[in-house]
Amino acid sequence: MSSPFSINGGACVAMVGKDCVAIACDLRLGLQALTVSNNFPKVFQYGDNVFLGLTGLATDVSTVSDLFRYKVNMYRLREERHIAPRTFANLVSSSLYERRFGPYFVSPVVAGLDPTTGAPFICGFDSIGCIDFAKDFIVSGTATEQLFGMCESLWEPDLGPDALFETISQSLLNAVDRDALSGWGAHVYIIEKDKVTKRLLKGRQD
Amino acid sequence: MEVLLGITGKDFTLIAASKAAMRGATILKVSDDKTRQLNKHTLMAFSGEAGDTVQFAEYIQANAQLYSMRNETDLSPSALANFVRGELASSLRSRKPYNVNLLLGGVDPITHKPSLYWLDYLASLAPVPYAAHGYAQYYCLSLLDKHHQPDISLERGMELLRLCADELKRRLPIDFKGLIVKVVTKDGIEVKPFDEDAVVRGT
Repeated sequence: MSSPFSINGGACVAMVGKDCVAIACDLRLGLQALTVSNNFPKVFQYGDNVFLGLTGLATDVSTVSDLFRYKVNMYRLREERHIAPRTFANLVSSSLYERRFGPYFVSPVVAGLDPTTGAPFICGFDSIGCIDFAKDFIVSGTATEQLFGMCESLWEPDLGPDALFETISQSLLNAVDRDALSGWGAHVYIIEKDKVTKRLLKGRQD
Repeated sequence: MEVLLGITGKDFTLIAASKAAMRGATILKVSDDKTRQLNKHTLMAFSGEAGDTVQFAEYIQANAQLYSMRNETDLSPSALANFVRGELASSLRSRKPYNVNLLLGGVDPITHKPSLYWLDYLASLAPVPYAAHGYAQYYCLSLLDKHHQPDISLERGMELLRLCADELKRRLPIDFKGLIVKVVTKDGIEVKPFDEDAVVRGT
């Protein structure tokens, strides 16, 4: 219970669809069992179609998301183009490994579409930057076990954007309802070529 | 047993802090002010380890005032909140971290929107409509969940604070010597008189 990864609580999931990807997070910020805020998003956008989900210790969620905003802005100024998801994933990995012996207590998830091919890309990391590439879905946070169960049973290959939204939303909502440390609403991003849709889910407020 | 409370309303942010300065089981002072004014429309309340609190708060206050003098403009409450978070976060991974919990309340100098930020010693930052630190969280957040509305008037805000103070007096085992209450509006910060003689009966 006093692991830095489960003090504040939170959940995040990313999924691959047909020519689209989705990433979603809950909105809870807590201190052990006490809920402090129900408006603490854990998914951040870097450029047109690169998204980063961060669960774990809330202070490191903020620190790491701010750090990558800085790094991605500097990349864009230097290269005069947006960062690609795969490049961003390697940036995340190397930045986390820089803190190998005093890590940020976060479990990041990257989701996006390749800017040249339009191919979906998702991956997850441990707190020291080991990349977990996946063709189906990535989960992280205090509700990982519940999310694995939901995603294993609901996800199927080649879902369209609308079906993918339903799948990721039901997976997240039903997973966080079985976790005391996550929930209180959700943000869901559906990323298609030339279009990003952000939806706010109310979810159970208890 | 330090109490920090914050409530936002239609055009104001209220910040309240207990007046007892404690050291172990001893009350050293009954008129302690655990708040610092950062600029014209931003106020910060703090609790935590004895030396750290005032040292950190006045360091932030000095930097906020330096910014105002250099740039002839004030930082907004959200900008200040993120500055404070950055300082606290870098302190967290230093040899001797500051052990300070903060509430930062203010009114945006341009939009006049009230805001309140909750920060703990781990530098977790959350914008909230109402907040508390310490044991007050357990007693007051449930009360405010039930009675708070985003568009309440200042009078109603003071009523809610009274409600919280009474509950704390009823349930906390140690006398926290009443609350000092300050209100932030677009016109600045002022101390609100808060009746401390009111007797609260037990249940």
